Amino acid sequence: MSAHAETAHHGPASGISRWILTTNHKDIGTMYLVFSLLMLFVGGSMAFVIRAELFQPGLQMVMPEFFNQMTTMHGLIMVFGAVMPAFVGLANWQIPLMIGAPDMALPRLNNLSFWILPFAFAMLLSTLLMPGGAPDFGWTFYAPLSTTYAPPSVTFFIFAIHMMGISSILGAINVVVTIFNMRAPGMKLMDMPLFVWTWLITAFLLIAVMPVLAAVVTMMLMDVHFGTSFFNAAGGGDPVLFQHVFWFFAHPEVYIMVLPAFGVISQIVPTFARKPLFGYHSMVYATAAIAVMSFIVWAHHMFTVGMPLAGELFFMYTTMLIAVPTGVKVFNWISTMFRGSMTFETPMLFAIAFIVLFTIGGLSGLMLAIAPADFQYHDTYFVVAHFHYVLVPGSVFGIIAGVYYWLPKWCGKMYDEKLGQWHFWLSFIGVNLTFFPMHFVGLAGMPRRIPDYALQFADFNMITSIGAFLFGTTQLLFVYILIKTVRSGKPAEQLPWDGAQGLEWSVPTPAPYHTFSTPPVVGDK
Amino acid sequence: MAQSQPAYYVPPQSHWPIIAAAGLFFTLGGTAVLLHALQQESGGLFGQIMLLSGLLILAGMMIGWFASVIAETRQGLYSPKLDKSFRYGMSWFIFSEVMFFFAFFGTLFYIRVFAVPWLGGEGDKGLASMLWPQFNAAWPLLQAPNPEQFPPIREVINPWHVPLINTILLVTSSFTLWLAHKALKRSDRDRLKLWLGITIILGLGFLALQIMEYFEAYNELDLTLASGIYGATFFMLTGFHGAHVTIGSIILIVLMLRVMRGHFTPDKHFAFEAGAWYWHFVDVVWIFLFTTVYLI
Repeated sequence: MSAHAETAHHGPASGISRWILTTNHKDIGTMYLVFSLLMLFVGGSMAFVIRAELFQPGLQMVMPEFFNQMTTMHGLIMVFGAVMPAFVGLANWQIPLMIGAPDMALPRLNNLSFWILPFAFAMLLSTLLMPGGAPDFGWTFYAPLSTTYAPPSVTFFIFAIHMMGISSILGAINVVVTIFNMRAPGMKLMDMPLFVWTWLITAFLLIAVMPVLAAVVTMMLMDVHFGTSFFNAAGGGDPVLFQHVFWFFAHPEVYIMVLPAFGVISQIVPTFARKPLFGYHSMVYATAAIAVMSFIVWAHHMFTVGMPLAGELFFMYTTMLIAVPTGVKVFNWISTMFRGSMTFETPMLFAIAFIVLFTIGGLSGLMLAIAPADFQYHDTYFVVAHFHYVLVPGSVFGIIAGVYYWLPKWCGKMYDEKLGQWHFWLSFIGVNLTFFPMHFVGLAGMPRRIPDYALQFADFNMITSIGAFLFGTTQLLFVYILIKTVRSGKPAEQLPWDGAQGLEWSVPTPAPYHTFSTPPVVGDK
Repeated sequence: MAQSQPAYYVPPQSHWPIIAAAGLFFTLGGTAVLLHALQQESGGLFGQIMLLSGLLILAGMMIGWFASVIAETRQGLYSPKLDKSFRYGMSWFIFSEVMFFFAFFGTLFYIRVFAVPWLGGEGDKGLASMLWPQFNAAWPLLQAPNPEQFPPIREVINPWHVPLINTILLVTSSFTLWLAHKALKRSDRDRLKLWLGITIILGLGFLALQIMEYFEAYNELDLTLASGIYGATFFMLTGFHGAHVTIGSIILIVLMLRVMRGHFTPDKHFAFEAGAWYWHFVDVVWIFLFTTVYLI
């Protein structure tokens, strides 16, 4: 039987071809994670430029034009290059291990999804070297800034976005197919670990909204090059239309960037509290509810654009409703920890910080959801504080927690716990020092995306900049910890965490190159 | 743990994905270089070469990748479970296409229901009419608020001529493709070839008429991409639909070639079904398009 010959176990190929031609979910997961870490530093260095400029009032380091390019590229790279690929990397490693599948359902497509990304970001980053500079219209690329008044490099930006979109859609299709079709016999949907559930719902969101992003950049392309007037009122179009289509994509997108982190936290908290998750079903339903509602809240990003009153009210109330399922999640995590036998290893520290700081970000989101109040907050640093609280100690801490949690299984070595704790505390202090003062300057009226500010904001901005340098530099420690673990970490045990449950812990440590070639049987005890 | 199911086929290393990624980069990058050069009014030779080589790489990749998948399936490497993966994959891909068109239909809806009436002075956002006080909001919008920048349309396409014929062609083609599928399932290879052939002819006929309609729009009706929002939405929706019919026709032609070589059995013919799903999807989009773009 050739079928058996072809799928017989073989180790990784040697040399660079292992990575370029691979169909192995673990290799591809590793590539996604490494790529994302690289992009974290590229985007982070842009944040350094921004914070260096804002260290003191007045124009210090860079021209305003370049400052705009930095804010734009920082946002794009962090969203599409750091956070999203990191979650796809975690999905690639963990989903087959957690559901007992031999690999992702469509392994070659999986490789394609990854390898589009380096090309896409090469294209995006090349705009920095072009005459007229990189895109400078903000990561939200509102028309007409991104059409009529865009630098010539906008064309490359559009096609780079197209490539990232194709990569995301293909990756998400792979995730959905894997989860629906490749579960071990006996594992029902409601038996799946929460990380798998949150990724299933995230993948659904990706497939639903990435095409909308493709549509909106296509309309931009047409307006820039082919004389159409989608976003030009002189031709009967409407610049506000751009914002509607964009946010129809981008609001679900923000949940795409946090739902898998919810999944990671829901795996970690029960392990270190040594108690099962308080309410598995309510967690699944809450995730689904957040995903469904993410489609009907988009215009809360546009309260000041001049919508009809009915629209303002509708989007205000739907937005506030999202706090209900999110609250269900937060209470779930807290109840899981309540009376647990808690220990505080690095993954758990990041998970607890996630719960606390994400809740702060969620609450400032509720403040922003109130339309009349948003008229004051709109486009101030309060908004910047809000979304960085949900993205950095939210998504990024979730990713880091997941990496520490599963790293022993991946590479068979244990990270240095003491260094991990240092990494956590420095990150925790850095992140709060960076983003908490932004609330104050924002409420006092400091506008975002401006390279200069009034004198009364000077102290808080200096604190923010110091915090940012601390947080950014601390991540070099993370890289050091990772390298040290892989090269000379102590061998990890089969079950490195004594409260951990799930199929991923049933395979040897480190996880062999091929796992679950014959599916495990689960469910019937 | 006796396993009655055959092992799930995990393919060995493959060079097609990286070729696909490079091809995509050259195609899109080449297009960007070319458009950028046209915008700057400098020579576009480099962009043309890049675009052309990208398209060649993509075409070669498609042929090679699909050929290896076809070879694998004919060797019997694919289990029923893998077949199911393909089915799920194709369905979700079509769902992503649905969302792509949804964005354009949503745009049309927003323009017609909100943007154009507001430009004409309606509702509490009607203050926009101060910019162009002489603007008359109507649909089809023949004259844009600024007709110097966006020259007016003389006349829109009459839905009861070419578009109606095209509707009949596409709906019939969905029906004939269904007949071809039925014939395949009962191993009637002659009927299969006949109905599949007719489907392809109907699809190509649709494309020919659509191209003629575009010529008429540009040359006689002054309906162009640059004639304001009516032209923009019209060409965006019909253009992307036409592109999908083109892709669908290519898929059907490839299926025809495979049928001629004796591929597909009455119970194993996923590629045929996937092509058929795609074709029916394109047909459904047209029904929406015919109603909302041409008719009302």
